[in-house]
Amino acid sequence: MKRRRVPAPPAGLRPPPRRVPAALRTDADLRALQRWMLHALVRPLTPSDGLQPRWLDGRPMAEVAAEVIRPGGRISPFERLQIYSRSYWFRLIDCVHEDAPGLRALLGERRFDALVRAYLAAQPSRSFTLRNLCARLPAFLRAHPRWAGRHAAFAAAVADFEWAQTVAFDGEARPVLGAADIAGAAPTRLRLRLQPYVTLLTAAWPVDDYVLAVKQRDALRSAASHAVDGVASRAAARRVARPRRQRVYVAVHRLDNRLYYKRLEPAACRILSALAAGRTLAAAVAAGGPRVRPAQVQAWFAAWMGFGWFCARGKN
Amino acid sequence: MPANRFNGFTDYGIGLGLRVPHYRHILERKPVCAWFEIISENFMVDGGRPLEVLDRILEQYRVVQHGVSLYFGSADRPDRAHLRKLKALVRRTRTPWLSDHLCWGSVDGTYSHDLLPMPYTFSAARRTAGKIREVRDFLEVPICVENVSSYAEFNASEMAEWEFLAEVAEQADCGILLDVNNIYVSSENHGFDPLDYLRGVPLDRVGQIHVAGHTRFEHYILDTHDHPVPDPVWRLYDRAIRGAGVTATLLEWDDKIPSFDEVHAEALKADTYLAGARAADPR
Repeated sequence: MKRRRVPAPPAGLRPPPRRVPAALRTDADLRALQRWMLHALVRPLTPSDGLQPRWLDGRPMAEVAAEVIRPGGRISPFERLQIYSRSYWFRLIDCVHEDAPGLRALLGERRFDALVRAYLAAQPSRSFTLRNLCARLPAFLRAHPRWAGRHAAFAAAVADFEWAQTVAFDGEARPVLGAADIAGAAPTRLRLRLQPYVTLLTAAWPVDDYVLAVKQRDALRSAASHAVDGVASRAAARRVARPRRQRVYVAVHRLDNRLYYKRLEPAACRILSALAAGRTLAAAVAAGGPRVRPAQVQAWFAAWMGFGWFCARGKN
Repeated sequence: MPANRFNGFTDYGIGLGLRVPHYRHILERKPVCAWFEIISENFMVDGGRPLEVLDRILEQYRVVQHGVSLYFGSADRPDRAHLRKLKALVRRTRTPWLSDHLCWGSVDGTYSHDLLPMPYTFSAARRTAGKIREVRDFLEVPICVENVSSYAEFNASEMAEWEFLAEVAEQADCGILLDVNNIYVSSENHGFDPLDYLRGVPLDRVGQIHVAGHTRFEHYILDTHDHPVPDPVWRLYDRAIRGAGVTATLLEWDDKIPSFDEVHAEALKADTYLAGARAADPR
């Protein structure tokens, strides 16, 4: 039988072994087995959510599975491996569904499902926690816009916003800088750092309004279904209308451990972005532009300090 | 042996897994519960609401950490950054012991987020035990390893699962979190007698026991934690505590989670069996 050329592995995975050793006597043998199995799990499922019928090199998967997995009872090695593969995919797909409700509402169930599977196939998890599973989704959408079709740019903006929410939910908070901490500091030397949990976003659509509308829809559905755990069923998802273009500047943050989205004036966003980039206070205020009035800047800083957005510049 | 060196010489009784749908009830009503088991990874974050909730729970309750990502059986070495985060959490919770699974789940830094079965070989047992010792020495807390439910065994295995568990526990000199539901699920999926499993495990190393429900399909059983504990699992629990003694017991209920009171009532069914074990061996 002619062997297929083995395709390049997904990001981060080393190539699988040609054969798993029959006896596992060394650490290298154990690693070979684990690489083989991980490759088997992360391969996309068939359209009917089954294990692929052929291995990467073209051999029948049933034959390959039987080389490694013990037969027994009423389930074959192929079916045993399939249990793990399905479990892997369903768990991760569910996780993205929970973390990206806005993207899901935008794309609709079928397109969203296809996107999630393509994303996970290309970018398997590189973190011990599922919390980080969607970290690379915005970049993936920008690199592969076809998965979002005509919504590509808006979808990437929504993905940015939803990842910013994850960061705001449980990102690091550093000791807050108060007015007394910076009193007397020269603006030409003073550098303020934004709290790691604050994300500044500029988008061509009001993504904050859109995601809020999706959340309100889901909350209504959840209440209607009397779901104890608050998770709405996938099946009944209704599209939320895509908003009209409107450039917005948003800070996604938290206050008293609750998530907030704060719309910013363009100049305010430029100032905060300059501070986040490490520029001095004087340079950041200048980045706001010549039309910004000192009283306005003062009011903005008073609000931002009230939110606790500034912290000392650390090693990072 | 209600208290031993594997559970920090504690006698915790019957606990529950701390789950999000119950947060409000627990924080507002402060129901009586002997202890909560937390999933370590849910709180290995840098800030925000998860840690606020945890701190409020810690003000009222005893907490034990249970992990799902140490992957003692992975060929990869332990990740120091991961361990540092875990150690910070250990200090925060003052968990008397810490448990994770006898499994692997990542390789070359890519994660399956699953509890994948080990090949039961002497080489893998040696490596896994070494990793458990390394983690325990770093975290400075007793460790219990939990047997997982499994759907596949490898041709390369050189012993039974319970022999592998015993081999690892002895070599690592660690405790065992005995999950009797997992024993039952695996026994059905692989066709062994669950009592053989119990007979093969060094019960003097058991520091904690898990009970849970599962879902039966036509040809296999899935460990779903979305049902009450079925009778065969309670019977296995009864046998386990008659051998191991009265041991800290936790009910896992992770999907289709009913009200707190319902979950707690299910967990407290363990009391009936614990009373029997106490009567049989009033140590």
